[in-house]
Amino acid sequence: MTDIIRLTAAQTAEKIASGELTAVEVTEAHLARIEAVDEKVHAFLHVDREGALAQARAVDAKRAAGEPLGPLAGVPLAMKDIFTTEGVPTTVGSKILEGWLPPYDSTVTKRLKAADVVILGKTNMDEFAMGSSTENSAYGPTGNPWDLTRIPGGSGGGSAAALASYQAPLALGTDTGGSIRQPAAVTGTVGVKPTYGGVSRYGMVAFSSSLDQGGPCARTVLDAALLHEAIGGHDPMDSTSIDAPVPPVVEAARSGDVRGMRIGVVKELGGEGYQAGVVQRFEESVEVLRGLGAEVVEISCPSFVYALAAYYLIAPSECSSNLARFDAMRYGMRVGDDGTRSAEDVTALTREAGFGAEVKRRIILGTYALSSGYYDAYYGSAQKVRTLITRDFEKAFESVDVLVSPTTPTTAFPLGERVDDPLAMYLVDLCTIPVNLAGNAAMSLPCGLAPEDGLPVGLQIIAPALKDDRLYRVGAAVEAAFVKKWGHPLLEEAPQL
Amino acid sequence: MTVTDLLSYEDALASFDPVMGLEVHVELGTRTKMFCGCSTELGAEPNSQTCPTCLGLPGSLPVVNAVGVESAIKIGLALNCEIAEWCRFARKNYFYPDMPKNFQTSQYDEPIAYNGYLDVQLEDGEVFRVQIERAHMEEDTGKSTHVGGATGRIHGASHSLLDYNRAGIPLIEIVTKPIEGAGERAPEVARAYVAELRELIKALGVSEARMEMGQMRCDVNLSLRPHGRSTFGTRSETKNVNSLRSVERAARFEIQRHAAVLTSGGTIVQETRHFHEEDGSTTSGRIKEEAEDYRYFPEPDLVPVAPAREWVEELRGGLPELPRLRRKRLQEEWGIADHEMQSVLNAGALDLILATMAEGADAASARKWWMGELARHANETGAELSAVPITPAQVARVAALVAAGDLNDKLARQVIEGVLAGEGEPDQVVDKRGLKVVSDDSALGAAVDDAIAANAAIAGKIRGGNLAAAGALIGAVMKATRGQADAKRVRELVLEKLGVQG
Repeated sequence: MTDIIRLTAAQTAEKIASGELTAVEVTEAHLARIEAVDEKVHAFLHVDREGALAQARAVDAKRAAGEPLGPLAGVPLAMKDIFTTEGVPTTVGSKILEGWLPPYDSTVTKRLKAADVVILGKTNMDEFAMGSSTENSAYGPTGNPWDLTRIPGGSGGGSAAALASYQAPLALGTDTGGSIRQPAAVTGTVGVKPTYGGVSRYGMVAFSSSLDQGGPCARTVLDAALLHEAIGGHDPMDSTSIDAPVPPVVEAARSGDVRGMRIGVVKELGGEGYQAGVVQRFEESVEVLRGLGAEVVEISCPSFVYALAAYYLIAPSECSSNLARFDAMRYGMRVGDDGTRSAEDVTALTREAGFGAEVKRRIILGTYALSSGYYDAYYGSAQKVRTLITRDFEKAFESVDVLVSPTTPTTAFPLGERVDDPLAMYLVDLCTIPVNLAGNAAMSLPCGLAPEDGLPVGLQIIAPALKDDRLYRVGAAVEAAFVKKWGHPLLEEAPQL
Repeated sequence: MTVTDLLSYEDALASFDPVMGLEVHVELGTRTKMFCGCSTELGAEPNSQTCPTCLGLPGSLPVVNAVGVESAIKIGLALNCEIAEWCRFARKNYFYPDMPKNFQTSQYDEPIAYNGYLDVQLEDGEVFRVQIERAHMEEDTGKSTHVGGATGRIHGASHSLLDYNRAGIPLIEIVTKPIEGAGERAPEVARAYVAELRELIKALGVSEARMEMGQMRCDVNLSLRPHGRSTFGTRSETKNVNSLRSVERAARFEIQRHAAVLTSGGTIVQETRHFHEEDGSTTSGRIKEEAEDYRYFPEPDLVPVAPAREWVEELRGGLPELPRLRRKRLQEEWGIADHEMQSVLNAGALDLILATMAEGADAASARKWWMGELARHANETGAELSAVPITPAQVARVAALVAAGDLNDKLARQVIEGVLAGEGEPDQVVDKRGLKVVSDDSALGAAVDDAIAANAAIAGKIRGGNLAAAGALIGAVMKATRGQADAKRVRELVLEKLGVQG
C-alpha cells in the first residue's frame, strides 16, 4: 500500500496500463491513506469514495475490454473545492454554499472524467480563494504535512497538503495571486499557474475573473505537465479561453534541457525582507541553472513594487461584483426567511451569516473602489499599473527566455500568526502577484529546505504568455539536478504522518 | 388614483419648451439568449429555458451571441450611427432578485453604436430629425410576479414568483440625444419617433418589435424649461410606456404636470414615474435623490467586441430599404399625393396594402378597400386596422371578383361585411348571400322592360336623345334587382330597347 501512494502519477498510469496495478487498487490505497492521515491534515472537505471507486472500476473495465487508456487513466486526483462537480458538494470553502450540489460539471471536471482520472474528493481552501494560509476556510484550517502547526499556504492549501501527505499524486488548484504557487512552495510540491486563458474557467467559481486561472499541482514536474495537458486547451464556454493548442508541456518536461537558455533574475523580487534561508536556496538554484548551461542575467522590473497595491484594488473590485449573486434566492444558504421578511432583508441576513470576515473585507474594499467618484483613482489607476507591469514583463522577455525568483519571501509560518494582520498576510504573495496581473505563466517547484527552520523553499519560474512549455523545460532541469544532488525527492525528508 | 394638478396644454406651451429624451429597449429576435444557448421562445413553462449561465450559477460564464452583435450593428447602421471599432461589455451592479447575477451585463462608456440620427415624418408630412446618442447591447432580466397584494406591485404582496426564462434575452437600448425644439409637437414627435424606430427594426428583421408583447419598451424622459432658457430643467422618467399612443399621452401628461408644478412655484422631483393606460396619467415611482451608483466596470468575463470594418461594410451593403425611403418610393409608384400617403401611414395600412398586392390585387383597389370600408370598420370597432378580421388574401379575392365583373362595389362591400361577420371566405359569402352580379340578358331584360313601362316620360326623353336621363332607368333596374344587376349591361339594354345609339 505504501508503495502505491508514493508513486508518481506517470508511474501509476503506467502500472495501470500494463496491468501491474488496477485502478481500483490504486484508488483504494489512496482512500485508505486519506482515512489514515486526513484527520490530522484536513486536506479534504469532501471525500467522494463511491464516485472515485466507480470511476476506477470503469477504468479497469475499459482496460479489460481492450479500449485505449489515456496517459492519466486511473490516477487519483484531489480537486480544489472551487470547481463545480455535478451532484458532488462544492462549497468554495464558504458556509454560503454549504450543501449546494451543483447541477453541472466544470469544464476541467469534464475533461478529467473524460481522461479517466479518478476524482477522490474536494480539497480545503480559503473561502472563495481569498487568503494565503487556508485559515479563511469556513471549515477549519489545513495543516502543513511538514509541520502540522504551520500553514500549508493558500488559498489552495488543501490540494498542496494532499500531495505532500501522499493522499493523492495529482491535485487541482486555482491561482488568482499565487494560490497554486505559494502552497506548492511551502509544502515542497510543484504548482503551475498556466497562461491566463490556458485552462477553462467555466465552472470554476469566480473570485477575480481577470486574474483567476486554474492549474495543475503535483509532486513532480512531469506529473504537472501531464495534468496540464489533460485540463488545458480552448473551451468555447469560456470567452477568455485562448483558441490555441496547449503548449508542448509534456515534451518540455521530458526534455529538461536548458543549455543556451537565457534566464533573468528579477531584481525587485528578493533581498531585504526575505528570509535568509529562502534567499540562500534561491541563489543555489540560480547556480544550478548556470551549471546546466543556462545564461543568467539580472533583470529589473521597476513597476513590480506597485503590483500588490494594484492587485488589492482589482481583485476586490471584481469579487465585489462576482459574489453579488450569493443572495439566497436560487441556491445555497438562506437565513431569516420566516415569511415576514423582505427578500432584501433575507439577502442581507444571509450574506452577513454566510460570508467570512476576509470575504466581507474584500467585498467592501471592492465596492468602495468601484464607486463613482473613486473609480478613476482606484480601479482606473490599478489598471494602469497592470499595463506597466505587463510592459515590464514584455521588456524583460525581449532579452531572456524565463524569469526566476523565490516563490515566497518566507517558508511556512505558524497557523494563527497572521490571521489578525491582513497586510502581513497579503505580503505573502509579493512575488506571485505580478504574474497574475500580466496574465503570463509561472511555476513553483521545491529548491531545498531553509537551513534555519528545515522547511521547504520554492523556486518560481516565469514564462511569457503561451510559452508555458518553458516552465516545464527549466523546471524539469532544476528538479533533476536537485534530486541528483539530494539523492531523493525533497518530500522524502518530510516527517512521517 | 391620486389627482394630479395639470396646466392646460396650451398654457404649458405658452411658457415652457419641452425637452425629451427617449430610451427604447428592443428585444432581439435571436433564437438563443445573449450569453448562453437557451431558447428565447416566449410562453414556455416558467424557468424551463434556463441554464447555469442565465441562472448565474457559481462558476458559469457568458459567451456573446454573434447574431446579437450583428443585429446591434445593423440597428446602428440603420440609425446612421458610427460603429465602434472596439468596445466592451460592462457590468451594471445592483441587487434585484430577478437579476440572477445581481449585475446586468450591459455596455457603459463604450457602446457598439453612437452618434446617429433618425428622420421621422409627422402626420402633416413634416420631417423632424431625432439625434441618436447611442445604441448598446445588454441582457434582459427575469420576471417577478408579486402575489397576494391588491395591485400586482411588490407593495403589499405576500411573496413573489421568479421566472428566469427572460433573463439573458438580448436587448438593444437606443437612447436619443435631448430632443429640443419640437415645441407643442413634442408628444407627436415622440410617437412618430417610436413608430419609425419600430418600422425600422421590423424592416431590419432583427425583432418583431411588438410593443404589446413587451418586445419594444419605451421610457420617456421629459423636462421643461422656460422659453429662452438654455439649461435643462429637472426631468422625470416615465418607465415602460408600451404603445405608440401611450408614448404620446405620457409626454403630453408630463408637459402639463411639470408646467403646473413649475408655474405654482414648485420644483420637479427627479424620479421615475409609472404610466397608467386607463386615464393616460403618470404617478410617482421611485425617487432618485442621488444618481444611483451602478459601479460600472468592464466585464472581465467577456473579450472586447471588435467588428472588422469589412464586416461592418458588408452589413451596411446588405441593409434593406429603410422604411422612410420605401414609403417615398411606393408613393411615387402609386402616384398618390402626400396627404393620401400620410393617411395610409396613419391608418397603419401600408403593410396590409402591400400584402394584398402580393396576393394579386392592384395597388389602387388594395388601397381603396383598406382605406375605405376596412378603415371605417376599424374606427367603428376601435381596433387597429391590422386586427380587423379579414386577411390580405381575402381582400385580394374581393378585388379580383370586382375586376372580373362578378361583383360591383356595392356587392363587394356586402361580401366584405360577410367576411368580417365570420361567414367564411369571400366566395362562400357570395354563394350564401347570393350576391353575384346579374348580367344575364333574359333576367335583366324583363326588369328593363318593367322600368321603361313604369317611366314612360323618361323613356321618351331618352328616345329624344337625352342620354343623361338613362341614369334614372338604370337606377330603377338596380333597385328592382337589389343592386345585383351589372349596371353597364343594364345601360346597354336600356339604350338598345329604346333604339338609341350609346
